[in-house]
Amino acid sequence: MRYHRPETFEEAVRLAAGAPGVTRFLLGGTDVLVQLRSGMVTPDVMIDLKGIPGISKVMRTEDGGWCIGAAVPGSKLGANADLVADWPGVVEGIELVGSTQIQSRATLTGNLCNASPAADGVPGLVAASATATVVGPHGSRIARVEDIPTGPGSTSLEPGEVISGINLPRRGENGGDAYLRFIPRSEMDIAVVGCAVNLRLDGDAVVEARVVLGAVAPTVLVLPDAAELLVGTALGEGELEKLAAAASAACKPISDKRGTIEFRTEVAGVLAKRAAKIAYSRAKG
Amino acid sequence: MSRIHVTARVNGDKVEFLCDPRETLLDVLRDNLGLTGTKEGCGTGDCGACSVTVDGRLICSCLMLGAEAEGKEIGTVEGIANGEELHPLQVKFIEHAALQCGICTPGILVAAKNLLEHNPAPSETEVRYWLAGNLCRCTGYDKIIRAVLDTAAEIRAAN
Ligand code: FES
Ligand code: FES
Repeated sequence: MRYHRPETFEEAVRLAAGAPGVTRFLLGGTDVLVQLRSGMVTPDVMIDLKGIPGISKVMRTEDGGWCIGAAVPGSKLGANADLVADWPGVVEGIELVGSTQIQSRATLTGNLCNASPAADGVPGLVAASATATVVGPHGSRIARVEDIPTGPGSTSLEPGEVISGINLPRRGENGGDAYLRFIPRSEMDIAVVGCAVNLRLDGDAVVEARVVLGAVAPTVLVLPDAAELLVGTALGEGELEKLAAAASAACKPISDKRGTIEFRTEVAGVLAKRAAKIAYSRAKG
Repeated sequence: MSRIHVTARVNGDKVEFLCDPRETLLDVLRDNLGLTGTKEGCGTGDCGACSVTVDGRLICSCLMLGAEAEGKEIGTVEGIANGEELHPLQVKFIEHAALQCGICTPGILVAAKNLLEHNPAPSETEVRYWLAGNLCRCTGYDKIIRAVLDTAAEIRAAN
């Protein structure tokens, strides 16, 4: 295996394009090194992106949104009070990943590109309508985060393409988001079901909603119909029950050692209700 | 396979080593630098036995390549005591009998020291969450948590 530490994205892309065999980009390494060690993936070329200036920075964009550099670790997101105030659901998602040690290294971009259906960092981003800046051999493009994972372990990124950062829109007034997951213990586990909800209110009424589920299908699921049920309401018990039913109905889970199809389907509804309530109270401020 | 030349600092001392690109920082510490205080439990980021600090951040050294250490300041368990003089955490771990086989202990000491540098007055819950990535198969954790809380109290009193 060859190890490279390029100083620009252009150089990284060029290295990847010219590389023989299997290439891996390295950010926090919390997935890549496990795969390397276990022999699941044996890269011929490892391209460490952390030498690229700015890649470990969180920045406010001119329009009031955020750009999160690809190599920013979870602990740095949690320490950014302004980001947490704007997008608590996004931050609480990535902060659920692993231990203190893992939080020092694991990144949102890596969580997205690893393409696990159970990735805790991803539903919150999708609920927030986040995008990814993708740099490749033909220049750079903006992709919706929800379009990046295409199945367990696979993404829509072309060979040689790499994500330079994740973009969150301006939070704006009266908005709130939340992410919840179910695991059988209180920490250090992989989501059995995850759910993110992002709302905007006008007075008591919901005017915009995004509902997103993780770990109940091969990729993260966006639920436009469930979200539509909430618009125009003040999240009364009736609407919450309908939301739960819609979330359960949208699930296409598998049974595995973490949970059965029936269990995941039921829990998806419960989490959708609870996440919606938290998002609502955050939007209320 | 070409080896990579790396210059870093370990516990304040400048070190240079050659490593295979696939070697982790854990491999480098133990096999190239002879710092065997850092332990390997799982090799996959689950147990925390390999905990070290890199530029002040707590990480699993099994999940970082040796090559990534270029220019970094690394802290291991060997740097905790001041010569023959034990760090207050080490004294309290002995006092509270917060170890049995000791395999988890270097990682826990490094993690606990890092916690107290960030937060000199952690609650029990904060200590438990901070150390949630450090597994111990022997002690049942209570003694470890008590030793850390007691150390924090003692350091605060001394200041
Ligand atoms: S050996 Fe690194 S976490 Fe277990
Ligand atoms: S003392 Fe044996 S694993 Fe902790």
